[in-house]
Amino acid sequence: MSTQAPAPPPGAAPEPAEPEPRTDLRDPRSWLPSVKVTAGAFVIALVIGAFVIAFSDDDVIESLSYFGSYPWDFFTRSADAVWSSYSALVRGSVGSSNAIASTLNRSAPLICAGLGVTLAFRAGLFNIGAQGQLIVGAICAGYVGFTWDLPPVLHLVVALIAGLLGGAVWGAITGFLKARTGAHEVITTIMFNYLAASILIFALGHDTFQRPGSDNALSPKVDDSATFGKPLGDGFPVHTGVVLAILAGFAVWWLLERSTWGFELRAVGANADASRTAGMSVAKVYTLAMLFAGLLAGLAATMQVLGNQNSLSPTLPGSIGFDAITVALLGRATPLGTVLAGLLFGAMSVGGVAMQASAGTPKELTDVLQALIVLFVAAPALVKGMLRIRETGGGSTVMAKGWGS
Amino acid sequence: MKLEIKGLTKRFGSFTANDHIDLTIEPGEIHCLLGENGAGKSTLMNMLYGLLDPTEGEILVDGQPVTFKSPSDAIAAGIGMVHQHFMLVPVFTVAENVMLGREQVSVPGVLSRRKASAMVTELSERYGLRVDPGTLVEALPVGVQQRVEIIKALSNEAKVLILDEPTAVLTPQEIDELMDIMRSLKEQGTSIIFITHKLREVKAVGDRISVIRRGKVVGTAPPSTSEAELAEMMVGREVKLKVDKDPPDTGAVVMSVEGCTVVDPRGHQVVKDVSFEARAGEVLGIAGVQGNGQTELIKALLGLVKPDAGVIRLDGDDISRHGPRESLDDGIGYIPEDRSHDGYVGAFSVRENLILDIYRSDEFSTGLALKLDDIAANADARIKEFDIRTESAETPVSSLSGGNQQKVVVAREFSRPLKVLIASQPTRGVDVGSIEFIHKRIISERDKGTAVIIVSTELDEIFTLSDRIAVMYDGRIVATVSPDIAREDIGLLMAGATPDSGPASGKTEEVPA
Repeated sequence: MSTQAPAPPPGAAPEPAEPEPRTDLRDPRSWLPSVKVTAGAFVIALVIGAFVIAFSDDDVIESLSYFGSYPWDFFTRSADAVWSSYSALVRGSVGSSNAIASTLNRSAPLICAGLGVTLAFRAGLFNIGAQGQLIVGAICAGYVGFTWDLPPVLHLVVALIAGLLGGAVWGAITGFLKARTGAHEVITTIMFNYLAASILIFALGHDTFQRPGSDNALSPKVDDSATFGKPLGDGFPVHTGVVLAILAGFAVWWLLERSTWGFELRAVGANADASRTAGMSVAKVYTLAMLFAGLLAGLAATMQVLGNQNSLSPTLPGSIGFDAITVALLGRATPLGTVLAGLLFGAMSVGGVAMQASAGTPKELTDVLQALIVLFVAAPALVKGMLRIRETGGGSTVMAKGWGS
Repeated sequence: MKLEIKGLTKRFGSFTANDHIDLTIEPGEIHCLLGENGAGKSTLMNMLYGLLDPTEGEILVDGQPVTFKSPSDAIAAGIGMVHQHFMLVPVFTVAENVMLGREQVSVPGVLSRRKASAMVTELSERYGLRVDPGTLVEALPVGVQQRVEIIKALSNEAKVLILDEPTAVLTPQEIDELMDIMRSLKEQGTSIIFITHKLREVKAVGDRISVIRRGKVVGTAPPSTSEAELAEMMVGREVKLKVDKDPPDTGAVVMSVEGCTVVDPRGHQVVKDVSFEARAGEVLGIAGVQGNGQTELIKALLGLVKPDAGVIRLDGDDISRHGPRESLDDGIGYIPEDRSHDGYVGAFSVRENLILDIYRSDEFSTGLALKLDDIAANADARIKEFDIRTESAETPVSSLSGGNQQKVVVAREFSRPLKVLIASQPTRGVDVGSIEFIHKRIISERDKGTAVIIVSTELDEIFTLSDRIAVMYDGRIVATVSPDIAREDIGLLMAGATPDSGPASGKTEEVPA
């Protein structure tokens, strides 16, 4: 059915057509709907989260047994539980200079890996492989970090480059497979995640990667000369890798919006056929996009292995590579959005631990909140319906190409 | 059945797509709905077929007001629709397609193909719609597939049949056959709403012609009205249906093709041993029914597919192995057949689309960095020069009307020096006003000394623009003729009649070897 789009009729003065969501910051119409929807998603998630907190609190449950005779208790106890949990969450994540530093340190790898997923998204590729790229990057950076012996700053730079290269190569292979053979990147990146995870386990079983005197699968400590320093001291223990994460955000923005290469990448992501007809090499874009996505995941790996943990272990990657996908989705595949989403996830992760410690709320609640926020952001029509937001726009969902391609 | 539309209005936000439309479809009449793309014809039909809710106004069937919540309500009321893009299952037979949705059963749960076949045969005999119920739909030519759609609508006992741009996909012969079918349906009492933007067709078959412009019915005219008057009603100003052009000042051969053969991925030879020459300052029209190898031929010319045999030369240099990037840099301008698929990136702004294949030139980039100011200045200049109606240069191309989208593509291709311009269906789905403009620009490009190759399935377009016409059939160029050939003769060539067997032999010349 050729449903008639409300396009301005030819010959008419240009009608104010539907404003599409575009990131022109001068015009509030272009971003206000997106901001409203995202804010709406937060509010709804926090409200549902409040119910979860209330009904998982023993005092609140107890008050329900005499709700009929004295309902007031239920409400005060619920409010107490919700308030203490949420305030602990906020205090734990941004309430002190220490908390802010922890949040930043936790956010940095999420931001970098998220940027990798964002970059691939814009090329029309669904990069599930941030986890594998991160693991390979971590192995390379870690190896240089604890086996080589180099002067302080040089050692860090070399380890950093090793991490970047490791991730980049791992990503580029899947990009190349896609470009050359059409192998779907979702499948290849998932399989490459398994490969990378197994390689890490295998490496940790090897003597080179075994910490002397330890029975655990744990590598030696990375030399101090190869770790990110904490130049602001113990008062604000943030490591220098955080600066790199912010720079990476800026670099990705510049590449996407201001460079010929980003122009090609976005064009291929939006319409590969038209890009090919315009003389672009779709194969080159796919390979390079995955290479840079892997590079950014490798950067995330260095934050972990040279910054936060200082040694390789099977738990080092955690779920950063998968959270990165969520971060990129929440950030609507824009560099700024990804940085902000990464900060949010870092804050919730750090705050969640504090919440469990001080308010006794299970820290899994923060996972529930994260999941709800992303769920509602991904379903803008639902949020608009619930909050009666009438404006059009803000409804673009991030889409990579489907299975058919 | 008498269908009346009273004050029907549809608004999308602040935009009024249909503004108080009044129409009456009498029983047994062919009522043509003429209008440019974006005039609101489809919106109106979607409301009639229950796909859109009217904002205001009412629909009356035999004097009784009705509301259609969904197409099934409309079908129950006796309205049938044949969509521009067919809604058939290719791997099902004709009979299976017709019974789709209300399957004929012998015992409950068991399909009865015999009953379905009998129904199709009965309908096809009654209305003169020749079709074999047992054939798979994918094996049928487009014109016959359309007949299946019509039978499908009639099997629902449609009293009013809506045909949405039915001729867009047909050959001239198939169009004649469709018109015969429409006349026979009319004789049996079925009313037809015939949507089109082709003036010739409404005059040939219509009983009454209603013209829609910018969402309003601007008038109803008898079929005796002249084409020029109808075009003026459609566009709202006087329109030249023919571009003025001087005789060509033909120069040297710019592009030559020798023995070009293309095999598609399924192993079929789709272009067979094609040879021709395109000269500076002339327009070579390639006529032919859709799907006779034109698409693959011009893709090979640009380098999007590599020819499996043969040589393509540009200024004497062999470019058969070049990719699109080299071809574009060599000075080939390319307006693809399907603009939304190959011509522009819908999500990109007008500004970005205007540099889609020239962003890498020194004019718009230094090293890796785009020159944003120059890109913006270029966009402003092109929007003005080509009269692209857009809210701003930032507007995504997908939200422009078809004509303006095509202007973006045309403006981009004309914004660099060209040796050869290859334009496929340059005005498909474009309104009359924009057609006039695009045709003028193509002729002025020719007059600058560019070799122009036009591929079109619209004979009007081929006749308007071409200085020479090559006719393609089944992957071959079957004849190269001069544009003063009679319409019927070229129609025969397009349908595969050999030049010497047809009456056209006097005016055709064989392809020069």
